This record gives sequence, C-alpha cells and structure tokens, in this order.
Amino acid sequence: MENMDDTSGSSFEDMGEMHQRMKEEEEVAAEAAATEDDATTDGEFLGMKGLKGQLGRQVADEVWQAGKRQASRAFNLYANIDILRPYFDVEPVQVLLTCVLPVQKIAGELYGPLMLVFTLVAILLHGMKTSGTVIREGTLMGTAIGTCFGYWLGVSAFIYFLAYLVNAQITMLQMLSLLGYGLFGPCIVLLITYNIHFHFLFYGLWLLLGGLSTLRMVAALLSRTVGQTPRLLLCGMLALLHMLFLLYLHFNYHAIVEGLLDSLEGPNMASMQRVARDVPEVTLNATARIPGTLLRIR
Amino acid sequence: MAAAEEASRPFAGLSDVSISEDIPVEGDISVPVGPSRRDDEFSTLDEPVKDTIMRDLRAVGNKFIHVLYPKRSSALLRDWDLWGPLLLCVTLALLLQGGAADSEDQGGPQFAEVFVIVWFGSIIITLNSKLLGGTISFFQSLCVLGYCIMPLTVAMVVCRIVLLGGSGAVSFAVRLTVVMASFGWSTFASTAFLADSQPPNRKALVVYPVFLFYFVIAWMILTFSP
Repeated sequence: MENMDDTSGSSFEDMGEMHQRMKEEEEVAAEAAATEDDATTDGEFLGMKGLKGQLGRQVADEVWQAGKRQASRAFNLYANIDILRPYFDVEPVQVLLTCVLPVQKIAGELYGPLMLVFTLVAILLHGMKTSGTVIREGTLMGTAIGTCFGYWLGVSAFIYFLAYLVNAQITMLQMLSLLGYGLFGPCIVLLITYNIHFHFLFYGLWLLLGGLSTLRMVAALLSRTVGQTPRLLLCGMLALLHMLFLLYLHFNYHAIVEGLLDSLEGPNMASMQRVARDVPEVTLNATARIPGTLLRIR
Repeated sequence: MAAAEEASRPFAGLSDVSISEDIPVEGDISVPVGPSRRDDEFSTLDEPVKDTIMRDLRAVGNKFIHVLYPKRSSALLRDWDLWGPLLLCVTLALLLQGGAADSEDQGGPQFAEVFVIVWFGSIIITLNSKLLGGTISFFQSLCVLGYCIMPLTVAMVVCRIVLLGGSGAVSFAVRLTVVMASFGWSTFASTAFLADSQPPNRKALVVYPVFLFYFVIAWMILTFSP
C-alpha cells in the first residue's frame, strides 16, 4: 500500500495530498476521455461509423478503471485497519504480566485494554441479568457496551486533557493503555460480588483490589508529573473517578437476596451515608454526571 | 514512433482507401466466440432453480459436517458463505426468546441482542485476528465463527427439551454438562481454523476473544428459563 509507507505521522495529514492526487487522476482520465471523444468524432467525420461502438466501449472502460482506482484509494485511506496494527504487537505473557504487576514504563498497546473492556462488558451483562434489570429504551447489551466503552474512552480523554493542562508527559495511547489495564481490578471485584452478595465483602474488595489498581495508575502518573498541585489534581481526579465507577457498577446492578435484605441493609445504609457525608458535592456530581437510562435501582 | 502515431490516430491512414489490383485481399472475417463460450461454462442463469438451491444447500451441509469433525481443510475456507451462520443465528435468537418473567416487552430486544452479540462479536474477533497478523480473510473468518455456533444451537435445542420436563437440580446439571461440552466443542472447532492462521506464539491472543464470545453465548443459553 503505497500510501502507508510513511506511518510516522497520521495518515490523515496526507489526506490533502491524496485529494490532490485524486483530482489530478480525474483530470487525466477526463483528458483521456476527451481525446478519445475527439478520435471518435474524427472517425465519424471520416465515415468509419462501424468501429465507433468499440471506441465507445474503450472509453467506458477507461472511465470505469479510473473510477475504480479512485474508489479503492478512498477505501484504503479510510477503512485501513493497518493504522492500528502496531498497537496490537504483543505477546500473551506480556499482557498477563501487565495486568497484574505495576509498571513504570507504560506499554503502548491496545490489545490488553480492549480485551479487558470486553471482559468487563461480559461481566456487567451477567450482573444485569442476575439482578433482573429492565431497560425500556434500549438493550442490555447496548447499555453494557456504552457504559464500559464510555468510561474507558471518556475518562481517558478527560484525564489526558487534564494532563495536557498541567504539562504531564503522557500520550493519549499511554492513557488509554493505563486506564484499560486499570480495569483488571474492577473486573475481578465485580466477578466475585455479582455472584456472592455480601456488602462487607464488596467494600473490602473495593478498597483492596480497586485501591490497588488505582494506586498502580496513580504511581505511573506521579512519575510523569511535576509540581504538587498538578499531581494532586491529576491523581486525585483519576482515583476518584475510578473508585466511583466501581461503586456505581456494583450498586446499580446488584441483586438483593431476600433473606439478607433486613440483616445487611440496616448497618450498610448507615455506612453509605458516612461515605456520602465526606464528599457530598462530588458524589452528587458523579451520580448526576452518569448518563441515566431508566433503571430500576434495587 | 511513426507506428505509435499511426496507432493513436487509427483512422488517419485510411483517409485514402483504395486497393490496388495486385494485392490479394482474401480471408474470412470471423468474430471470435471465446467470451460467450467462457460465459456458458460459469453461467448459472439458465439452470433450474432446484439445481441452484441444492448446490447451495449441499455446500452448507458440507460445512456443517466440517464443524462436527473439525480438521483444517482449505476447501472449507476457500468457499465461504454466510447462509449457515444466518440460519444458526436466527434459530438461536428464536429459541432464546421469551426467557423473562415479564415477556411482553422483552421479545424484541432479546432477538436483537442475540443478533448483535453474534455478528458484532464475530466482526470484532475477525478484526482482532487480522490486526494480530492473521492470514485469514474477513469473510472467511466470519464464516468460520458463524458455523461454529452450531454445537451451541444444538445445546439450546437440548436445553429447551430438558426444560420441558421441569427445572430442578437434575435438569440444571444436565443442561450444564451439555452446554459446557458444546461450548468446548465450538471453541475447539473455531480455533482449529482461526489459530492456524496466526504465528505460533500468538495463538492465545486470538483464542481468548473467541473463548469469551462463545462463553457469553453459552452462558445466555444456560441461564435461559422459559
């Protein structure tokens, strides 16, 4: 693919050049058609009408070839998945290790994060089905995919924007990768707590596994930011959003087992209020910000 | 140079058309019938409809047999078709309907859900395996993944039959066994085709999304209750 030889910049920067080349090709084809037309009129003038049909076919062929070439160039430009190929160049062991261990050098690859997001979608579907959530305008699948991908892409973009404001040395790809791998903890937590419904267990796992994955992301960000206030802003924001997301996923879609309702809900409601009292305006903002579908929150 | 000029203006040299007496002009002008002959060999417009349908049905049946006994065969990959996957997807979606307590508004979205899961899942797995450097083409991969849903569809039929007899622990155990077996069969069959087109140390990277895909479908079948 000749237009993918130089992958150093975005291929969209070559779009102007591509358009130019396509226009020139169009003009060349039009010229060729025009000269063919002239030859045809010459033929008519000279009385060789019998062969005009063949010339007409040649002209049509030429125009068709030119059109096909343009279409395939446009297709290669826009539907070219080779742009993403370098980001999937990983080994399985590498993915597994990056899921679990803290790393300073953020792997700039998208396979692990993408697979983790899909795993989270599957776990979320399971949670929604077991809790009997009814979505009236939309599908369970659409909500699950929208929530998980929306979180991954949206929060990555937001933190990248904040990092850009405070001059932190992180690229969008690294941020996507970091947040994607940071979803490993929530995956495990939700897998366990969608099946075993003990609130204390959830809170413990939320703090432990959620906290560990958040700490990993925060550590990677800390080493790339200078200054106390920027660090506080960036890392605090990321920690808050990550922990709140796990909390939201659990409490929106978890089933209340009948027998445990009375015994567990009492003290746990109090502890929920304690959490809310600490950071009232942020909790409110978070729940207000999350796009709502019509869900029965049990 | 002169010949090229002559060729570019074919009628220029014929401005004076005159044939001298001592040049014998003879021969026969015959239009070559090659193209139409070629068309006849591949033209399937004139055959009876029964032949067309039977040929397609035989191809689909052949692929079903390949899924039952999965071994790598290039013939299966070369003649891909999407009839089988469509048939299986529609059957599965119809069988999975009506699985909720309040089924008056669940019929539509459930059908759409199965469709979305199957087709978008297949597309994403195909894109993933292409991005990882696979040599299989887009539609071939869709074809393989679609056909390998067959064991799960059979398991769904069996589950529905078992559920007719009640939904106790025994029926759950039977359904669990059947669904697990068919899930393993589906994954094994599709990786027999898909993973071969990958470099050897990356097979796990391709197998995991396939595993997740069939796991979601198997879990949907297992948790189905009429």
